[in-house]
Amino acid sequence: MTAQDSDLAGPVASTGGGTTTAPGSPVLDVDPGIKTASSPKTAPWEERHTSYDVEAFEVPRGREEQWRFTPLRRLRGLHDGSASVSSPAGVVTVSVQAGFGDSASDLAGSGTRLETVGRDDARLGDGGIPADRVAAQAWSSFDRAHVVVVNEARSDDEPLTVTVTGPGEGKVAFAHLQLRLEHHAEAVVVLDHRGSGTVAANTEFVVADGAKLEVVEVHDWADDAVYVGAQHLSVGRDATIRHTSVTLGGDLVRLSPVINYRAPGGDVELDGLYFADAGQHFEQRLLVDHSVAHCRSRVMYKGALQGAEGGTAAHTVWIGDVLIRKAAEGTDTYELNRNLLLTDNARADSVPNLEIETGEIVGAGHASATGRFDDEQLFYLMARGIPEAQARRLVVRGFFGEVIAKVRVPALRDRLEAAIEAELEAINS
Amino acid sequence: MSTLEIRDLHVEVETESGPKEILRGVDLTVSSNETHAIMGPNGSGKSTLAYSIAGHPKYQVTKGQVLLDGEDVLAMEVDERARAGLFLAMQYPVEVPGVSMSNFLRSAATATRGEAPKVRHWVKEVKGAMSDLEIDPAFAERSVNEGFSGGEKKRHEVLQMALLKPKFAVLDETDSGLDVDALRVVSKGVNDYKASSDVGVLLITHYTRILRYIAPDRVHVFVNGRVAESGGPELAEELEENGYVRFTGTKEEQPA
Repeated sequence: MTAQDSDLAGPVASTGGGTTTAPGSPVLDVDPGIKTASSPKTAPWEERHTSYDVEAFEVPRGREEQWRFTPLRRLRGLHDGSASVSSPAGVVTVSVQAGFGDSASDLAGSGTRLETVGRDDARLGDGGIPADRVAAQAWSSFDRAHVVVVNEARSDDEPLTVTVTGPGEGKVAFAHLQLRLEHHAEAVVVLDHRGSGTVAANTEFVVADGAKLEVVEVHDWADDAVYVGAQHLSVGRDATIRHTSVTLGGDLVRLSPVINYRAPGGDVELDGLYFADAGQHFEQRLLVDHSVAHCRSRVMYKGALQGAEGGTAAHTVWIGDVLIRKAAEGTDTYELNRNLLLTDNARADSVPNLEIETGEIVGAGHASATGRFDDEQLFYLMARGIPEAQARRLVVRGFFGEVIAKVRVPALRDRLEAAIEAELEAINS
Repeated sequence: MSTLEIRDLHVEVETESGPKEILRGVDLTVSSNETHAIMGPNGSGKSTLAYSIAGHPKYQVTKGQVLLDGEDVLAMEVDERARAGLFLAMQYPVEVPGVSMSNFLRSAATATRGEAPKVRHWVKEVKGAMSDLEIDPAFAERSVNEGFSGGEKKRHEVLQMALLKPKFAVLDETDSGLDVDALRVVSKGVNDYKASSDVGVLLITHYTRILRYIAPDRVHVFVNGRVAESGGPELAEELEENGYVRFTGTKEEQPA
């Protein structure tokens, strides 16, 4: 695998570019390049506008920067208003438990609660505002929102499990969920998405001053599911968010997390793990908006892809936009995306963008690389007697290791490792 | 008592201008408890021989046989060869990010021994082997070969040999890039394993330097893809004096 890295600390610069690996091509790695801000190209966020109203956005046609990688026909009308006409309405159910896995139990005490609220609840929108038509459609269409409030410093040993279940096959649902940590609250949360159907959603993570959220957002949908979600992360003064995004199942999953720093001292780590099989389209579009001074961000997304011969390609898209605005002095940011192509008939698009409007920063850099499975690694392991299937597992587990190691819920780590093994079984059988 | 027999081995690699023959009929037999040095100038095909025995997919065998106690090695997959008792210490060990040395060693030992070693016994065994090779125990938790210096990589190759206990070990330029201290440690590791086992060793090298530490029973001069001459240890001394000029007709390649 090869890598392109660049570290920028110059006064005004931006980078942008992409990495594409198409079926049959060797390892490709495109240097995103560095351009000065006087470049005539308009950065994606400069075109970005936000609104709660679906009609404020044009119906995407597929050429727009925001939509150019997404197969619109597979969105089942979420983008053009036809979804609720063509499919019966369903609901997304949300439940909250203390603990994870076998040890999960009902919530006890009053420090953490699940509320079901109407559209007029004043707290909705604290996380951020939709920035694309599907997110606005979801905002315009939901009936009731779920708000999970944490007003205590919870022990790491007792994670919260928030289970989000799709409306069922053939049904469409518009969902709104807010995870809300009050001042100096702390929680480890597993946000577990599963089930069937077509879903457009907004998920708000509102983390107040001094609060600390560690959340693993798992998308382990059934094969039929289409999920298009916007994640709005609001980071209070000296607040910390560690958000890990895991995408394993679904026909099409498109996630658009946006980091909104509200005050200095915010510290955000965004990690990601995705594993796409034949026919799956997994897309991640990140925007880290450094709008205030002395905040930190770290992004590390890793993806594996395996197509099937003759079938539809496995396709992943990763867009990492980082903006350091003029006021954001003292910013410290780094983003990384790595993709591992396990087979032919797989395509990974990777586009890091970094725009810097002030030179008074601690550091800014990015790296992106997409490579084929390394046959030399396979040979080395096999030359020590390790059978091929096991050698592949070791390499892939190693590739994802640094993301999984940061998940602090042991039972979830086990589940993720098992899920990756199961994915690999599929090509080795 | 085991035998590794290489008979009339022809091997080619794919190049931009089509297949190119590198090995042109290698004949060589190594028995248990023997150490054979294979010496030759750069480009003579020494490493190709090593990789072909191990089964690297880049090398196509077009003719000939490799037999381990009569078993057809060339019909085996790479991992089967290792489990049958062949070991290749590589000139350029591969980095495997995210896979810890300890996990790797245990996986390899489990595969070659046919069952997982008992944990307590295994930990002790690895610790002892690492200490013999003067390897800091912290390396066990590092990713395989990642960020290792040249000398650290070579020590870990010999460590793997000591733990996997092969019947035959091919050491491909294990001496290259080592300073004197590292060469001494690595050679001691090889000699210790020789003393504690019946291993047969194919020691591939460009230089006679390592032969001062690891005494060969036989020396083969490898030129242009085949064994040009075989002899006892005195042949190495002659190479040290005169270089490969007698075999290549040029003065460019001087073993030191």
